[in-house]
Amino acid sequence: MSVDATTVRKIASLARIAVSDTEVDAMVPELNNILGWIEQLGEVDTDGVAPLAAVIPNHLRLRDDVVTDGNIRDQILKNAPQAEHGFFAVPKVIE
Amino acid sequence: MSNLTDLTVAGIRDGFRKGDFSAREVAEAFNAAVAAGKPLNAFLVETPEHALAAADEADRGRASAEFRPLSGVPLGIKDLFCTAGYQTTAASHILEGFVPTYESTITAKLFGAGAGMLGKLNLDQFAMGSSNETSYYGNVISPWRRKDGGNAALAPGGSSGGSSAAVAARMAPGATGTDTGGSIRQPAAFTGISGIKPTYGRCSRWGVVAFASSLDQAGPMARDVRDCAILLEAMSGFDPKDSTSLDLPVPQWEAGLSADLRGKKVGIPKEYRVEGMPPEIEALWQQGIAWARDAGAEIVEVSLPHTRYALPTYYIIAPAEASSNLARYDGVRYGERELPDHANLQEMYAATRAAGFGPEVKRRILIGTYVLSAGFYDAYYTKAQKVRALIARDFEQAFQQCDVLLTPTAPSAAFALGEKSADPLAMYLNDVFTVPASLAGLPAMSVPAGLDAQGLPLGLQIIGKPLDEQGVLNAGLAIEQRAGFNARAEKWW
Amino acid sequence: MTESTYRIQGATGEWEVVIGLEVHAQITSNAKLFSGASTRFGAEPNANVSLVDAAMPGMLPVPNRECIRQAVRTGMAIDAQINKWSRFDRKNYFYADLPQGYQISQLYHPLVGEGTISIEPEEGQAKTIGIERIHVEQDAGKLMHDQHPTRSYIDLNRSGVALMEIVSRPDMRSPAEAGAYLRKLRAILRYVGSCDGNMEEGSMRADVNVSVRKPGDPFGTRTETKNVNSVRFVMAAIEHEANRQVDLIESGGTVVRETRLFDPDKGVTRSMRSKEDAHDYRYFPDPDLLPLELDDAFLAECRASLPELPDAKRARYEGPLGLTPYAAGVLTADVETARWFEALLAETARVQGKPEADVAKAASNWLISDLFGALNRLGKDITDSPVSPAQGGQLLGLVADGTLSGSLAKQVFEIMLETGDDPAKIVEERGLKQTTDTGAIDAVIADVLAANADKVAEYRGGKDKLFGFFVGQTMKAMAGKGNPGVVNERLKAALDN
Ligand SMILES: [Mg+2]
Ligand SMILES: [Zn+2]
Repeated sequence: MSVDATTVRKIASLARIAVSDTEVDAMVPELNNILGWIEQLGEVDTDGVAPLAAVIPNHLRLRDDVVTDGNIRDQILKNAPQAEHGFFAVPKVIE
Repeated sequence: MSNLTDLTVAGIRDGFRKGDFSAREVAEAFNAAVAAGKPLNAFLVETPEHALAAADEADRGRASAEFRPLSGVPLGIKDLFCTAGYQTTAASHILEGFVPTYESTITAKLFGAGAGMLGKLNLDQFAMGSSNETSYYGNVISPWRRKDGGNAALAPGGSSGGSSAAVAARMAPGATGTDTGGSIRQPAAFTGISGIKPTYGRCSRWGVVAFASSLDQAGPMARDVRDCAILLEAMSGFDPKDSTSLDLPVPQWEAGLSADLRGKKVGIPKEYRVEGMPPEIEALWQQGIAWARDAGAEIVEVSLPHTRYALPTYYIIAPAEASSNLARYDGVRYGERELPDHANLQEMYAATRAAGFGPEVKRRILIGTYVLSAGFYDAYYTKAQKVRALIARDFEQAFQQCDVLLTPTAPSAAFALGEKSADPLAMYLNDVFTVPASLAGLPAMSVPAGLDAQGLPLGLQIIGKPLDEQGVLNAGLAIEQRAGFNARAEKWW
Repeated sequence: MTESTYRIQGATGEWEVVIGLEVHAQITSNAKLFSGASTRFGAEPNANVSLVDAAMPGMLPVPNRECIRQAVRTGMAIDAQINKWSRFDRKNYFYADLPQGYQISQLYHPLVGEGTISIEPEEGQAKTIGIERIHVEQDAGKLMHDQHPTRSYIDLNRSGVALMEIVSRPDMRSPAEAGAYLRKLRAILRYVGSCDGNMEEGSMRADVNVSVRKPGDPFGTRTETKNVNSVRFVMAAIEHEANRQVDLIESGGTVVRETRLFDPDKGVTRSMRSKEDAHDYRYFPDPDLLPLELDDAFLAECRASLPELPDAKRARYEGPLGLTPYAAGVLTADVETARWFEALLAETARVQGKPEADVAKAASNWLISDLFGALNRLGKDITDSPVSPAQGGQLLGLVADGTLSGSLAKQVFEIMLETGDDPAKIVEERGLKQTTDTGAIDAVIADVLAANADKVAEYRGGKDKLFGFFVGQTMKAMAGKGNPGVVNERLKAALDN
C-alpha cells in the first residue's frame, strides 16, 4: 500500500493538521518510505495469535462511585487561550 | 569539599547525613553548574529557587535528625513531567506557556522524598526522537566530543537528551527520564551514564505528557547503578490514578544490590548480532559477556526470533497511540492557539496543530492516523499487536533458559547533530536494541561499559524478566564494577 | 416475529418502514465514568469538571465500578449475554465538546451482547425487539451558541458522564412500535435503577435509524437521525423521515446514508452539515485502560440485586393476584406506580388481616380510579401524592370493616387529599362513621314510613320498585352515614311487617 498526495491530504485533514502543497510533496515519499518499511510485518505468520491486550498481566481496577474531584474551575480555565463567564470560548460553531 | 557536583546521589545523600556539607551548598553548586551549562541547552526552565527551597527544608530537617530518602538531593526533571507552577511543554511549541496546576505523581513522590528540582530538561518534542533534535527549543548538545579534534556537536541521544546531557555534564546528580522505545537507555549509552526503564506499570504515568500509552515508562538516569536503584525506589509505586499501574510493593532495590552473579544465567540473544553492526560494538558485547562470566554467571545463547520485526511493530503502535494521545492539543483549553482571520473551529484546529507541532511529531501523527484509518486498521494495527504478542512470547521463552539478557544498548556511539536527521528511517534504527523490551514491557537498563575509537561512551543493555528490576540492577552492577568506567566529558562549555 | 400492518401509501404502492434505535441512557451514578467529578445536573458551568474531564496533559481514566455494575444489571434485565471480558476503545474525532479528541467507548468488545425487549404497541401486535448490544461510553460536553455573536462557549460539566448505548436490531416497523419500545425500555431502566429516564434533562436520547422498502424486499438504505429527545419526537421523526424517503425514491432519487437532525418545531428531519468531512473514527483499544474482566462474584451480586421486572410483575399481578390484564398493565407500566401499589397492597392486607390476593382487586380499583383520578385533577405525579400508600390501606380497611360506606369513603378521601390527615382521624373528628346501630336506624325508618304513608300503602300493594325510594329517604335522613346493608335489612323488615 502506498500513499499519494490526495491520501496525504486526507490523512492530514483527519488529523487536523494544515499542510501546504510543498509539505505534501515532501511527505509523500517520506511516508511511503516508512510505510514500505513497516509492511515487512506481512512476512510474519500470525495465524491464531491473539493481539497483545496488556503488556504486563494486570487487571483493570474499578474505583468506587464517590465524588472526589471537581469544583476547580479556576484551575480548569487557568491556561485557556480564551475563557469567558466560566466557559471556554471558541469561534462560533454552526451545527 | 572539593567539588560537590562530582558527587553521586548516594554520595550527596550520605555526605549530607554525615554533615560533610549542607543541602544548600549542594543546591547552590548544582544551580551554578546549570547556569554555566547553558551552551548545552539541556534545561528549558531553570528552577534554582525550587532546589534551594527543598535544600533549606532538608537542612532544617537535619537539625532534628529527620532524613528523607532524597533529603539534600537536587534533580533535573524531564519536561514531559507536569510540574505545578512550572511551565511544562514537552519541548513543543503547542504547549508553550502551559503551566500545570498539578504535580505528576512521580515528581510529587520525588519531592516528597526530599528532592529539589534544578529545572525542566529539554527533550525530543513529545519524546519523539533519538537525538534530541526535534525539540522546538533547539538541540541539546552532548558534553562529549570526538577525539578527532573536529569539535562536531554530538547528539546526547533522545528523547531524554536533556537528562543525559545534564547528568553527564555534572549539572545534576540524577534526572528523570521516560522511555517509550529506548529514550532512557539510548541517551544514557550515548553520554556514559546509567539509566533504567522499569517494568511497565511500576512508575505512574499520571501527570506525564503521553506519547504512546502502552509503552511509556518513566525511570531514573544517573551516574551509576546504585543511584538508579535509589531513584527508582523513590519513583516507583502503585498509583490509583493510573489504571495500568501495578499494585505491588516497591522492593528495596538499593539494599538488594549484589554484583555476585553466581547461579545466574545470562542470555545472549543471537538475533541482536545485526548486520552492519560496528566491530567496536561487537567487541564491547564480547567484553560484557566475559565480565558476566567473571561475575559468576553462566552464559547461554538464546533466540528471540521476532527481533527484526520489533522496530516496524513499534513504528505502527507508537504513532497510532500518539496520533490519538495528541488530539487533545487543539488550542481550546491550554497552550497555543492559531486563529487565522475568519477561521472556523475546525480550521482553528488545523492551523493550531500545523503551527504547534514540529515535523517529526506531524510525521508520526500522520503515520498513526493512516494505520488506524478505515480499511487499514487490521492490516497495520491489529497485525502489529499480534507480532507484539509474538515478541513478548519470544522473551517469555528465552527467560525459561536464563535470568537476564545482555545486549548492546545502541548500534553505534553518539552521532553528530544533523548527521541522521534528514533520514527518519536511519534515525529509527537507533532503537533497534531497545525497542523489543519496550514492546514487552520488560525492565531494562543501560550501563556505560567502554569507549569507542573516538573516545565516545558505549553502553551495554541488561533486560530482565517482568518485575525483576533487582536482577537487572545486579547484572548492571557486575558490569559496572568490571568496566570501571570513569571517563568523563572534558568541560568545553 | 409478528407482522406489522403499518404501511406508507406511495404512488407506486405500499411501503414498509424499518426502524432501529440506538438509545443513549445516562447511567445513574454519583461520579463520572472515568473521573471523580460529580454528575449532578444544573451545576455552574465547568464546576463538575476534573483535570481528567478537561483532558489536561498527562491525565488518565480510571473506571467507576458503579457504572459498570449498572450496565451489567441492565443487560441482565433484558436477558442479554454479559461479556465477562470486554474492553474500551477510543473513537477519534475533533469537536469542541470533546476535550480528549476521542470518546472512550466500546466498539469491538462491548460489555453486554444480545438480548430482547417485549413490547405492546398501542396500535398493532405485541412483539419482541432484539437488542444487539449495550456498551458503556463517555458523554461529551455542551456547546452554547447563543451567548455571544461570534463565539461558542464550552461547558464540560457533562464531559465524561457515563452513558449506556443500547442498540436495537432493526426490528420495529411503525412509529407506534418505536414509541412502545422506548416506553418499555425506559420502564426497564427505571425498574433496574440504572437510568432515571428523564428525557428533559437529557438522560435518554435516541438515534433513529430509518429505511423503507417494498414489503418482502431487502432492507433499503438507512439514515440516522441523531439525538431525538422525546418519545413523541421519535415517532414524529420516523413518520416524517419514512415519508421523505418514499417520496424521494418514487420521484427517482436515492436515499443516501447520512446523519440527520430532527427539528421539533417544524416536525421535519434535515441533513446535518457534514461536520466530520469523513466519518473515519479510527477506533482502537484505549491503551490507558486494561481489558475489563468481571468475576462471578461481581455478576452474582448484579443478578441478586435485580428487582422484579415489569414483565414478571405483570404476570404475577394477572396470575396470583387475579387482576385484569388492563389493571396489571397500568400498575406495572412505571416503577413508581408499581412501588406505590405494592406498598398499598401490603398495608391493605395487613390492616384487614387477609392475604394480598384477597384485597388486590379492591386496592387496584381504588388506585386506578380514585387515586389516579385525583392526581390527574391535581396535576400531580404518584411520587408526590398527598396521600400515602399506608393511608390508602387504612381507608380501604375502613370500608372493609363497615366503618365507611363507598360514598363516605369518597368524602373522607377528598378530605385526606386536602389535609393529608389519616382517614381514622377524619372519621373521628368529623363523625363520618357509618351507623350500624339498628335502634337508631329503626327510629329513622319509622319517621320515614310515617311521613310517606301513601307510598307505604302503594309498596305494600305490590309496587316493589318503591323500595329504592325508602332507602334513599332513609340514607338522606341519616346524612349518608347509615350502613347500606343494615338500612336495607331493617327497611325490608319494617315494610314487610
Ligand atoms: Mg449512534
Ligand atoms: Zn454512542
